[in-house]
Amino acid sequence: MVLFIIRFHCTFICIFILSKINLHTAPHPVVLGCAPAPGTLNYTRINTMIHSLFLINSTADIFLEKHWKSVVSRSVCDYFFEAFSKASDPENVPPVIPTPHHYLISIFWEKTFFVAVIQNEVSPLFVIEFLHRVAETFQDYFGECSETSIKDNLVIVYELLEEMLDNGFPLATESNILKELIRPPTILRSVVNTITGSSNVGNMLPSGQLSSIPWRRAGVKYSNNEAYFDVIEEIDAIIDKSGSTVFAEIQGVIDACIKLTGMPDLTLSFMNPRLLDDVSFHPCVRFKRWESERVLSFIPPDGTFRLMSYHVSSQNLVAIPVYVKHNISFRESGASGRFDVTIGPKQTMGKTVEGIVVTVHLPKVVLNTDLTSTHGNYTFDPVTKILVWDIGKMNPQKLPNLKGTLSMQSGVPKPEENPSLNIQLRIQQLAISGLKVNRLDMYGEKYKPFKGVKYVTKAGKFQVRT
Amino acid sequence: MSSNSLSYNDQGGMAVEHASEAGQETTPTTGSGSGFGLFRTDYKKDDDLKEMLESNKDSLKLEAMKRIVGLIAKGKNSSDLFPAVVKNVASKNIELKKLVYVYLVRYAEEQQDLALLSISTFQRALKDPNQLIRASALRVLSSIRVPIIVPIMMLAIKEAASDLSPYVRKTAAHAIQKLYSLDPDQKEHLIEVIEKLLKDKSTLVAGSVVMAFEEVCPDRIDLIHKNYRKLCNLLVDVEEWGQVVIINMLTRYARTQFLSPWREDKLFIEDNEKTFYESDEDNKAKSAQIVKAYVMDPDHQLLLRNTKPLLQSRNTAVVMAVAQLYWHLAPKADVGIISKSLVRLLRSHREVQYIVLQNIATISIQRKGMFEPYLKSFYVRSTDATHIKILKLEILTNLANEANISTILREFQTYVKSQDKVFAAATIQAIGRCATNITEVTDTCLNGLVLLLSNGNETVVAESVVVIKNLLQTQSTQHGDIIKHMAKLLDNITVPMARASILWLIGEYCERVLKIAPDVLRKMAKTFTSEEEIVKLQILNLAAKLYLTNSKQTKLLTQYILNLAKYDQNYDIRDRTRFIRQLIVPNEKSGALSKYAKKIFLAPKPAPVLESPFKDRDRFQLGTLSHTLNTKASGYLELSQWPEVAPDPSMRNVEVIEPVNQWKPQLGKVKTTKPAHSFYSDGDEEDEEEAASGSEESSSEDSSSGSEDEAEEDKSSSGSKGSDSTSSSSEGSDSESESNKKKKTKKKTTGNESGKQSALHKTDSSTSEESSSGSQSESEAQVDSDSGTDQNHQKPKSKMKEVKELIKKPEISLLDLDDFAPPPSSSPIVMPKPAVLSPTLIMDLEGLSLSSTSIAIDVTSPVYVPAKPHELLHRMSGKGLSAQYHFPRQPCIYNSKMVSVQVTLSNEADQKIEGIHIGGKKLPTGLQIYEFNRIESLEPGSSITVSMGIDFNDSTQSANFQLCTKSDQFSVFIQPTVGELLLPVTMSEQDFKVQQGKLTGMNENTTSITLEPKNSSGQPAVHKIVNVANLGLVPSGLDNIHRFAAKTVNAGTLVLVTLELKESLTADLIVNTEKTAIGSMLLREIKTALSQA
Repeated sequence: MVLFIIRFHCTFICIFILSKINLHTAPHPVVLGCAPAPGTLNYTRINTMIHSLFLINSTADIFLEKHWKSVVSRSVCDYFFEAFSKASDPENVPPVIPTPHHYLISIFWEKTFFVAVIQNEVSPLFVIEFLHRVAETFQDYFGECSETSIKDNLVIVYELLEEMLDNGFPLATESNILKELIRPPTILRSVVNTITGSSNVGNMLPSGQLSSIPWRRAGVKYSNNEAYFDVIEEIDAIIDKSGSTVFAEIQGVIDACIKLTGMPDLTLSFMNPRLLDDVSFHPCVRFKRWESERVLSFIPPDGTFRLMSYHVSSQNLVAIPVYVKHNISFRESGASGRFDVTIGPKQTMGKTVEGIVVTVHLPKVVLNTDLTSTHGNYTFDPVTKILVWDIGKMNPQKLPNLKGTLSMQSGVPKPEENPSLNIQLRIQQLAISGLKVNRLDMYGEKYKPFKGVKYVTKAGKFQVRT
Repeated sequence: MSSNSLSYNDQGGMAVEHASEAGQETTPTTGSGSGFGLFRTDYKKDDDLKEMLESNKDSLKLEAMKRIVGLIAKGKNSSDLFPAVVKNVASKNIELKKLVYVYLVRYAEEQQDLALLSISTFQRALKDPNQLIRASALRVLSSIRVPIIVPIMMLAIKEAASDLSPYVRKTAAHAIQKLYSLDPDQKEHLIEVIEKLLKDKSTLVAGSVVMAFEEVCPDRIDLIHKNYRKLCNLLVDVEEWGQVVIINMLTRYARTQFLSPWREDKLFIEDNEKTFYESDEDNKAKSAQIVKAYVMDPDHQLLLRNTKPLLQSRNTAVVMAVAQLYWHLAPKADVGIISKSLVRLLRSHREVQYIVLQNIATISIQRKGMFEPYLKSFYVRSTDATHIKILKLEILTNLANEANISTILREFQTYVKSQDKVFAAATIQAIGRCATNITEVTDTCLNGLVLLLSNGNETVVAESVVVIKNLLQTQSTQHGDIIKHMAKLLDNITVPMARASILWLIGEYCERVLKIAPDVLRKMAKTFTSEEEIVKLQILNLAAKLYLTNSKQTKLLTQYILNLAKYDQNYDIRDRTRFIRQLIVPNEKSGALSKYAKKIFLAPKPAPVLESPFKDRDRFQLGTLSHTLNTKASGYLELSQWPEVAPDPSMRNVEVIEPVNQWKPQLGKVKTTKPAHSFYSDGDEEDEEEAASGSEESSSEDSSSGSEDEAEEDKSSSGSKGSDSTSSSSEGSDSESESNKKKKTKKKTTGNESGKQSALHKTDSSTSEESSSGSQSESEAQVDSDSGTDQNHQKPKSKMKEVKELIKKPEISLLDLDDFAPPPSSSPIVMPKPAVLSPTLIMDLEGLSLSSTSIAIDVTSPVYVPAKPHELLHRMSGKGLSAQYHFPRQPCIYNSKMVSVQVTLSNEADQKIEGIHIGGKKLPTGLQIYEFNRIESLEPGSSITVSMGIDFNDSTQSANFQLCTKSDQFSVFIQPTVGELLLPVTMSEQDFKVQQGKLTGMNENTTSITLEPKNSSGQPAVHKIVNVANLGLVPSGLDNIHRFAAKTVNAGTLVLVTLELKESLTADLIVNTEKTAIGSMLLREIKTALSQA
């Protein structure tokens, strides 16, 4: 216990009823003669979009708070904790929780809750989108957005939040701009900083903020000029018991990693742009040219970013790369069940299917499993009842199979529904929709960049009902 | 245990804070009394921190501040360090400074007098030449919540609002809200600042100021009028967060200013329509009247059109904002476009899904059709969070109809088995709702539900019972079997609600299950004491009903139950017992009511309506917090109903100074026919307009959201075609004062409008009124021009055919313009577009005060035409046919966007070559070629020059095509140098400077060059430059500065070149253009040219 206190970065645990009293009764400071006491001012309408932000970990501890206006007591989070304890799963916590004086809008991002305190009517998506942007920025800066990484970089987190939000209204959210204002931590830099005492705060106004291309840093220089595009398509599908497709669609994104000197103006064109049914773009893409010519014309941000995401028109039939043969049954009497799943290739366009992982949420009554797999290995967590079977690469000659018995709690009615199988897979060098990048042209700079396009097909929300 | 002692520890900390706050002068160590030994370590730390802050080393100070920020982040109080921290506010170290700011903003409110020490630093910083420092000073100053500095803040905001830097102005807009929340008495002054900032043309400022407007004075809708069109046009270029705010504000605005597009009844301006259609065929007019009863305000359309592209935004909040705008403002037929985008959002994060699904649920109640094609997107996955599942279920239920019900029910069957029992129960309710809504499937559903009664899970069974009860109630047919079945279930079901439901059913339909009912009552009498309240009440109910219908068998049982209930612990039950006994058991005291007991108990009951929980949500604006919560959130602004009569749309007319005066003279003078034609065509095609919206829309979007210069180009190309007077007059107008120009715009407006709807009398008078401040002669001239168009307008019919032909031609860019303002409505069609539209913020940077002056940019003849031909096809490879091309630097006659190219074909073979023509073209996207006519034959030794047009789309990509003869094909290409993609323009030196001022930042390319000695004097250098590029000379006041101007052929973007000769053979070369690619290439080429001999 003593250790716990001495540690500087210890988690701040407190009983909120107590702290509430303290915070509320905190006396106001000495009042100047001529100024009206703060209490007499009309505070009834404090207009702020995002009033405060609390970061809460999955064990319901607040580990960071930031206020953009007057301080809101932590006790406001009690309402959140109440909802949290009610929910069976962190995912089930409602994103919007009303409290008597505030509204709490939260997102759940990798075991961390970002809870924004709102006082007035606001578009909830506005707040949610912003919180996600904050989380993405942390991820971008620290490599991961977890409690530890945030605590380790507390000062940068604070500086970032300060720049991202002014008076509760988003100010700079583009990662390129933020990186000019506040440099992301690197091991080297932190060593240098401690020795030289120099700072990681930029001291000039990011030029992007003032130009018509607020997303790009100025004065970018690379010795190797490269532009890579990843066309990633995900198949969302629901396959029913009999193996027929209930619902399938393809969602794709084009992620770009662009390291080009100067101010390049790129044009990316497709062989078959008509495939794309619904698209959304990074703000850098000139929408007009897409409308008229179906090409992506843009001055890219520096570094990695999502250029566009698209949806392939649902008229197209979706090729389902794998089929699943399954036989899962529970017996009422013997307190046991049979589990037998085989996966085979279906429409793979001649490519190998890799990275196959099957995840099954087994019913609560299953106590343990006794299975043997021909390929890969499996794990079963008896607490969460999640069975994960990591197959890896598919060998079409010898189909992977997982077979065995499930031991179940006795004396409990057998589950009526078989668990559904969630499948992840990856097929390299294939865009399942058939989308093809035609060419990439660069204007505005003289050098010849190295260009590359990679296609990957993945399973998105790919579910097989059994 | 550990948490307990920790909280105690925290307590200690809090108490210490009190102590230290009460007596600020006392040292903290004395504050932390011996009682808080646990906390002493921390307090030592505070001492350390103080020492570190007072040291001389920045690194120590920084370390201390970092630790303090850590304390703040954990919510620990460190306010007693205030004096030590505030000293560092003037530190040179930027990071230290920033951290001090963080601290200051957090604690200034608590330590007001000490905070004042820092104010002077900020005041000084507000005058700093660096905009970043000015802005951050204002940010912090306005965040310090100390009432005494309100006047200082007010002053700072006012100053910053007229700062040159848009970034500082943006900060000022943010500060407005902060000041307002600190001191609402400043409202009036703040509104003045808002009014001023609303006029700002920078996209950077727009979002923030609208935000301030929404916070401070959302009711002052009048401030928006003049800025409405500007905001609409800027919208695409505003940053995403600002877009959300602006869209929401514009939604509210539009609801107060425009007529409802949903109206069934007809509303049209009779007079206008009649005069308009009189000249037309009668039946056409009639049909048009039916189709086009309501005419949308062009401003209303402008809003819808300019928000539409934002549906493609990556920001979900923006998409939602546009969706709600369309839902609340667009005609019913157009709302459909939002569904695709909303469905797309469902791929996003769980929280986003939640909000979007809620909104879809509300929409889907009113407009099933919108989401029906996306039915499958709402199928539930087992991994979805429960609240998402339930929302999806809700939407599926809303979307169910006769056609898709079987699919939906099949899907529901899977859901019912779900392990998530809350969800399974919700599914059963959904099935019940489908069954009541769609009569065809009621029986199927009912049978399905009955099957579920044998389900192992209790929740499922209970829910089914409840739903079956509701269903049976709505059914008039006999369902004795089902009731019997359910009566049997009573033994096994333990869920109170279900038991109660069964009992109620048996009671209600006891006449259909005569034999069973008394038996059930007997069983229930046994277990009465152990039942839940709700079940007890129903037992009483059942007993009473049976007593009334079948008193022979149940009299004693009823008595027994009533006696039991009489002594129940629950007063509700005792009450009910007393009431029932009095009502049904006849005794001498029983009142008149007992006669009607049967009627009271067994009255036919209306079937319950199974309604969607989202039924009443449409009272809230979509996408709002209130909508999500289904209660009015504080600060929610009700969306007003559409006005009965639209407020005067002319309020939105802005005295915009646009460079469109160019085609004004046409109206009155030279080419009156053309505009009139296109106006007519517009009216003529009124009906088709909607159908053809596809292509037209995109073209109009082009012109609406295009850059300033593009628009200018459009006009000048249409206007200056052959009419010299145009250019001269508009040049003249340049020198005119601003007010004059305003009037011109007005005038143009009137002309424009009169052509459209011949609502001459009205607008005419209003315009002349408005312009009455100007000189009399001006307004007279205006009337002249108006009447000119009017006359034109009277004799339209004869020209109808001609008109139609003209419409077909894409060159008539006036058509695009017309698209802006579809016909009758009394609002003038001034599009503030060019002046406001500029997508570049750079313009605002420096050109702000100047940008309002319009300039005349006219294409002139080239200064110099290099005769040097380029080889297209060598005679060796061309089998005797050789071809050379050169750029004559003349505007292309085929299409104004093309570069004209002259190709000289020579036959150097012995035989004649036949059938020379252009074959297959392999063009990069965007490029177009206008081919020359087929040359039938070319004699040996002779040559022929043909001209062709190539639209290079302002790029130096080569146009590849095949030059074909009768027998052969040769692949050739024409690659332009960047200088050939330009057309020279003239402008005054002043205009040049203005335009150059707008094109700074990334639009400016500079370099210094070392000149070849020969080029060191003026003339040769100029010659070199015009040789390289097709630039027009701009007169220059200084000998050593040479200016050139041109516009790109395709987009009409301005390209400005400045050459400043310096001593010792050096010179500075500046190229300003929005087309950065062209700019840098041009710079390079000129540089090479000048540094070579």
